[in-house]
Amino acid sequence: MGEVINSSIEGYKDLLKSFIETQDERSLYGVEMMSKSFLKNNILPEEIVDMHIQALEELYPELSQEVKHSMNFLLEAMISYGIKQQEIQSLKEKQFAIQSEISVAAKMQNTLLKTEIPQAKGIDIGAISVPAHQLNGDYYHFVKGKDDTIGLAIADVIGKGIPAALSMSMIKYAIDSYPEESMKPNVILENLNRVVERNVDPNMFITMIYAQYSPRDNKLRFSSAGHEPGFYYNAKENKFTELKTKGLALGVLGNVQYQEYMLEMKPGDMVIFLTDGVTETKDQGRFIETQEVLDPIKKYKDLSAQEMVEHVFKYFEQLQDFKRRDDFTLIILKKEV
Amino acid sequence: MELNIDIVEERNKSVVRLSGEIDVYTAPQLKEKLLPLTKMTGNEVEVDMEFVSYMDSTGLGVFISALKSSNENSSKLKMINLSDRVYRVFNITGLHEIMDLERINKVER
Repeated sequence: MGEVINSSIEGYKDLLKSFIETQDERSLYGVEMMSKSFLKNNILPEEIVDMHIQALEELYPELSQEVKHSMNFLLEAMISYGIKQQEIQSLKEKQFAIQSEISVAAKMQNTLLKTEIPQAKGIDIGAISVPAHQLNGDYYHFVKGKDDTIGLAIADVIGKGIPAALSMSMIKYAIDSYPEESMKPNVILENLNRVVERNVDPNMFITMIYAQYSPRDNKLRFSSAGHEPGFYYNAKENKFTELKTKGLALGVLGNVQYQEYMLEMKPGDMVIFLTDGVTETKDQGRFIETQEVLDPIKKYKDLSAQEMVEHVFKYFEQLQDFKRRDDFTLIILKKEV
Repeated sequence: MELNIDIVEERNKSVVRLSGEIDVYTAPQLKEKLLPLTKMTGNEVEVDMEFVSYMDSTGLGVFISALKSSNENSSKLKMINLSDRVYRVFNITGLHEIMDLERINKVER
């Protein structure tokens, strides 16, 4: 660094002299070029001030004491300024490193947790999950059994960020290892609860609904582990009802029993599953009411399931004051007419 | 988004008054203050949530670890003056069945 300054001082002195005498544009341009090269060489602000003082004293040895003191005063000010600036620079570099690590984790999360919406006869399925930040604390997963039964998990991991993302893969691989056709939703949750309780940090817990749809009898069986309640739409009566369920979140206690619920889906009926990112939407500073969650769902109910979830998300996104502070996940199952 | 935590120590009892929002940003502060109180054997920890306007699931995580810690250390944990919105979060997650909760008294209001 010293070398850059030493090799510049004569040039700087000439530019300064010429500017003091004539205030010409050319010397301004010259000093601008010089500043750029200082920046490139990480020259500190106080080094530039120091160089200025040297140049000034060489050009005008008769400088008044007041001016000399004032220049040293400026030098001290620049030293403190330079230290702070370097701290900020190093924080920025660290932040950048962390951000790239998170984006690697996010990419890995997408690969590990990849799931495809199954194509199934008689039932139309749509799903959307949008993270509030880079990593998603929500999760959904579909399994298609041999007899065309569709298994579906929707979950919200509490405790966000990287730990949540990691524990989610644990859940997914646990589900994948179960003999899906032979297991009931409540048994799956009971098993998962033991996995989570044993392996996850005491701060973290997971809420989940596990559901199975069987095309043979058009029945949806489901159990909930403390998850945000979903909705059932009865097409014949054109009525939505909340799916009231009981069950403790996964990972809180060791041995928990879950209840199984069942409903029959008739042509045109819908089941809606979601996470609290949907119900905790704010509109003009207040939280929306449960019924308001249903407004866009009613509005778009004649679209296909996938178009519905996308339009509902856009609807909330366009609300005034919409700040997504939580991940947003919505799944709709529609019994075809 | 801010959370004020005010702790009054009485004999064998700590009263924690909260006001503001408990979310992903403020939950770590709450955990830091609340957990040591549950580690004192025989201590009764009462958390007054009357002025908590919002709590998300990260806040629940703090109360779950506080509950676990109070079970391990034979202290007591109780949450009082829960508003409907705050109570709903405990209720949905099934925690109302294993925690000592007292909803806000509507008759008095």
